[in-house]
Amino acid sequence: MPDIPRKKVGIVSCSGEEIPEGTISRIATRLVLEKLRPEDTVTICLPLFLAGGQEERAFARFYPTIAVDGCPKLCAKHGTERYSGQVTDVIVVSELLNGQEIKPGWRRSLDGRGMRLAEQVAEVIASRVDGILKATYEEVKPDLIPVTIQDKAPSPGQRRSIAGVRPRGYR
Amino acid sequence: MSAHDKAIVIPCSGIGKVFGSVGREATYIVVDELRPKMAETLCLSLLVVGDQETVERVRGVPCIAVDGCPKACAQKNIELAGGVSAASLRVVDTYKAHRELKPEGVTVLDESGRKLARFLAQEIASAVDRVVAGR
Repeated sequence: MPDIPRKKVGIVSCSGEEIPEGTISRIATRLVLEKLRPEDTVTICLPLFLAGGQEERAFARFYPTIAVDGCPKLCAKHGTERYSGQVTDVIVVSELLNGQEIKPGWRRSLDGRGMRLAEQVAEVIASRVDGILKATYEEVKPDLIPVTIQDKAPSPGQRRSIAGVRPRGYR
Repeated sequence: MSAHDKAIVIPCSGIGKVFGSVGREATYIVVDELRPKMAETLCLSLLVVGDQETVERVRGVPCIAVDGCPKACAQKNIELAGGVSAASLRVVDTYKAHRELKPEGVTVLDESGRKLARFLAQEIASAVDRVVAGR
């Protein structure tokens, strides 16, 4: 039984080398990719949009994408939209953590509290991923939900999936 | 090359590969510990989006690119912004000289990754010395 690749959400983080919120953005993104939603997410290096080729620039046209930005300059959002495609959602870490004490030293590495904040941001990203997957593949495009192709014939009253997509209502 | 007060060290910070994290860590070692008065860093993302202030910074100060993969995003983005890439270092070259230090952990570098970053940082610091001296 061949498997159709799962639909995924792209996450593009700013690099934010100069600010602690940039490091939080980056680590939160990695936590989602590695631990929270490894099967549902992909990423790309933001600078690749300029340095890479057409394949890299197709990223946001291929995946619904969340930009994770450390500050209001919104480099991840603007860079993605300028070189690739519209983003589906934006998370601004400095706004999300407004009111929290942010230590300058977190620019380089996060201590325990910094890592806990990154984990909180990661949870927010993961919940947005879930929402986008649901909206994109179940509500907006109900006829294009990926499924595993089954060799057996459909049961009576059940429509056969075609080319790896399943019709509305197919469970 | 004329002498400058400072150099800007710009890592690719590649989020998909551990070498990107090594380059980023090495950059911080240089700007925070080894050459705090001679080197600074900036957000590569700001160059990507053409932030005017950042573009002017890289056009006025020699830059050192630190790249984690052959795509050389840091070097290319410096050049596309009209900056001068006075030196270009690749993490893989440092790794080839220290193959016993196979780094792991993109999110948080392991001990091997941090040691490798220390070696790379020494190379970056030497490049900073050359660039600032105008050699």
